[in-house]
Amino acid sequence: MFRQERKGQPLQHAGSVEAANDHFADVYAREQYGRRGESTALWVVPRSAVIEIDDFVDELNRNYHRVDGYPLKEKLKEARERAGTEADPGDR
Amino acid sequence: MNDQEFLEYVQSGGQVEATDELPDDYRAKLIKFIEMHGNSELMGVLPEREWILRAPTLQRKLALTAKVQDEVGHSQLIYRVVEDLGKPREQCLDDLISGKSKFHNVFHYPTKTWGDVGVIAWLVDAAAIISQKALLKCSYAPYARIMKKICWEESFHILHGRDVILTLMNGTGDQRELVQEAVTRWWGPLMQFHGNPIAKEEDPMYVWRIKSQGNEEARQQFLDGYVPQIWELGLTVPDPKLRKSGDGVWEYSEPDWDELRHVVTGHGPKTEERLDFRRMARENSAWVRQALLADAA
Amino acid sequence: MNELEQKLILEIADDELVLGWRDSEWTGIAPMLEEDVAFSSIAQNEIGHARALYELVARELGTTADELAFDRSPDEYRCAPIVELRLLDWAQTIARHYLYEEADAIRLERLKRSDDPEIAGLAAKIDREEAYHRIHAQMWFDRLQGEPRFAAALAELRPQAAVLLDSELRGAHTPELPELWNEMTMVRRSQPAGTKW
Repeated sequence: MFRQERKGQPLQHAGSVEAANDHFADVYAREQYGRRGESTALWVVPRSAVIEIDDFVDELNRNYHRVDGYPLKEKLKEARERAGTEADPGDR
Repeated sequence: MNDQEFLEYVQSGGQVEATDELPDDYRAKLIKFIEMHGNSELMGVLPEREWILRAPTLQRKLALTAKVQDEVGHSQLIYRVVEDLGKPREQCLDDLISGKSKFHNVFHYPTKTWGDVGVIAWLVDAAAIISQKALLKCSYAPYARIMKKICWEESFHILHGRDVILTLMNGTGDQRELVQEAVTRWWGPLMQFHGNPIAKEEDPMYVWRIKSQGNEEARQQFLDGYVPQIWELGLTVPDPKLRKSGDGVWEYSEPDWDELRHVVTGHGPKTEERLDFRRMARENSAWVRQALLADAA
Repeated sequence: MNELEQKLILEIADDELVLGWRDSEWTGIAPMLEEDVAFSSIAQNEIGHARALYELVARELGTTADELAFDRSPDEYRCAPIVELRLLDWAQTIARHYLYEEADAIRLERLKRSDDPEIAGLAAKIDREEAYHRIHAQMWFDRLQGEPRFAAALAELRPQAAVLLDSELRGAHTPELPELWNEMTMVRRSQPAGTKW
């Protein structure tokens, strides 16, 4: 059961219902997550249709995918010195 | 909601979902705009892809491959949004390679040196991220949502670009020359990138709040953010009129709007070659898609 | 690490490097956008593995991974011809991918049993990433096995895969290797050795 609280927001997992088939699931989800108008939309998906992935292997430190892969501070300092431009302490 | 109410709704900051009823004109404008964005990501792959094989260190190789990979990933996300609006991806790709639909001006130009690779990642991506950040508030919510991931990934491209540029600027005379030549080469297309300065109230994409800023606003933001970064490295920009006036507005020579029109209508220096290349790649792998479709059926 | 081990590690590193370089030619033009993203990660992983392996040897030799990857002449590389081939055809690419992963799994099992804890440790790390490559290769194998062009590609390339597991068979190269080397070192060679990029 995924619900969207307000228009424009993503649908987020909110819980689950037990139901005999899609029709029952529709009714029960509607009641459980919509009866006070607390949702603008619901997605009801059978649990068996959900593929879960929770292992993201990064054995060899792929730092080029992250900010720490780009150490710019020292390089910028050197480049400014070569250009003879003032280093602005507030700037990165 | 009738069309007028819908217009007022989006203009007051309202957002809509794929399943909502959308005015025909709004849907058509959305498709056109988002499709061009998807096309641009996909065509933007080609100028850089050539340099994946020539990247001069392992770290650069990895970062450049990852950057191009991100762009393909973006086009995938974006074309899915277009599909939900009613235009299948295959049709988008057909229209792209037949020249029926457009892509951004900067991807019609050649990448001549490794300096270009740095300048594209640094300045072209910077110009692009300014346009893309303005889409985070798009009235069409599914598009706005994917822009979050796209903008986040683009920020790494700029880091990669700056890292390449700073390394070259700290290097040999030849390397510094590569950067200056590339900045000079790309300046014209960069100034044209955000489009001619029509009043935003007259820009249908703004009227429908598909984008949230006008063309000139975006260009000013680009100049404000990046010209100081260019200058502080001792680089120059080929525009003697470029300066920031007392009231904080950047003045510059009139960009060549004829060139922009000419280029985006399919007459850029590399347009034909790149579309041919796309067409060929697509034809060569058509059997794979057919094999998968047959399997899914 | 003895000389024999160094040689073996370099062979594998060269295979991973050149295969990674070849696989990266698909970045941007794979048959589907989703696959493009997936296959590009595989190319990046292979290069990441090459780098980690080069680093092991580089420490022993007092050099760097980049110098090993780029600054040797083409005939000094120890890669197997199968990884050198420029295969811009998806059936051949997947056939090579499948055969390579098959051989690589065997090779990594051997390395994981190495007496050198650094080699064994790195092999275990690489193997955890390769496990994903094997799933990817198997998934495509299952999908394409009924396609005549895939069967033909497998049959054509299979004999060449043996080189991956046998140092004695290495040494010969295809004409595609110097071509690739020319391109991959073009920017780097344009400036004096030691220039930073």
